[in-house]
Amino acid sequence: MSETAHGHAEVPHGSRRGYLIGFLLSVVLTAVPFWLVMTGVIGDAATVAAIIIALAVVQILVHTVCFLHVNSQSEGGWTLLAYAFAAVIVLIVIAGSLWIMYHLNTNMMPMTSMDGPS
Amino acid sequence: MAETQPPAPAFYVLDPHEHHHEPGSGTLLGFWIYLMSDALIFATLFATYGVLSTSYAGGPSPREIFELPLVALNTAILLVSSITYGFAMIAMQEGRLGGTRLWLAVTGLLGMAFVGVELYEFGNLIAEGATPQRSAFLSAFFTLVSTHGLHVSFGILWIGVMLVQLGQRGLHAENQRRLLCLSMFWHFLDVVWIGVFTFVYLLGVLR
Repeated sequence: MSETAHGHAEVPHGSRRGYLIGFLLSVVLTAVPFWLVMTGVIGDAATVAAIIIALAVVQILVHTVCFLHVNSQSEGGWTLLAYAFAAVIVLIVIAGSLWIMYHLNTNMMPMTSMDGPS
Repeated sequence: MAETQPPAPAFYVLDPHEHHHEPGSGTLLGFWIYLMSDALIFATLFATYGVLSTSYAGGPSPREIFELPLVALNTAILLVSSITYGFAMIAMQEGRLGGTRLWLAVTGLLGMAFVGVELYEFGNLIAEGATPQRSAFLSAFFTLVSTHGLHVSFGILWIGVMLVQLGQRGLHAENQRRLLCLSMFWHFLDVVWIGVFTFVYLLGVLR
């Protein structure tokens, strides 16, 4: 039925195999961070944090490719461009806010303790 | 769409390379751009949560209130709903109306289970006194997680509408386009949930 669609090639569509590969990868990429945190196999919290953030980034990419079917061909590359642009803005908003507010917090700390009681 | 027909052939004739821009195909790109703007809403909420995530105001910390088994269950439910929606899309591509409706219904039920577990979790938190008013951390937590939950709820509503549409009209081109948009919406929410369970729950408990 979808063959009647004029621009069939650009319509995001996946194969059963693509979905299953994406699903299996996601299961592993979800189970490992939960396992790491819930069992505490690795004692060092900073190492665990770095690992689970890395796994989250990989899983987001897996979902993007296998489930959202973003690639350089869909909509003539515009979905990929919009995705990359949004990713840059998202990173700037999150990392920028954390960076600025962290410095603001550390600089304001002594002030709050001083003018607190008055 | 019939009204837009007259000017369209002129474009096709003048520029044969632009033949992808049939009516309707622009909808998918437009919807995608909406999703990217939605990602920015979530980015601001994630940033807010990140800034306020240690402002407990003497209230409970993430380690004390988050129940990881419950979160793992919810994550599993949402992940399975992603693959069931994928099966609905495959059934749609193969022109199987029954299969599409069946997998859509399964996806909708999994979505309801997800929202149900989340409301149960919120109920537990509020019963323990960990309300949104308690601290800036909890305000940011409830805002971020319930915004995602609201999106899922509207996705369920949309699935319900599509089930009715498919029952009445079948798999015609408009319904296929709508299902493709809903597919992007649903998978996008799963991507946002990856951020939620990693940055809010797992990193919160680690801290």
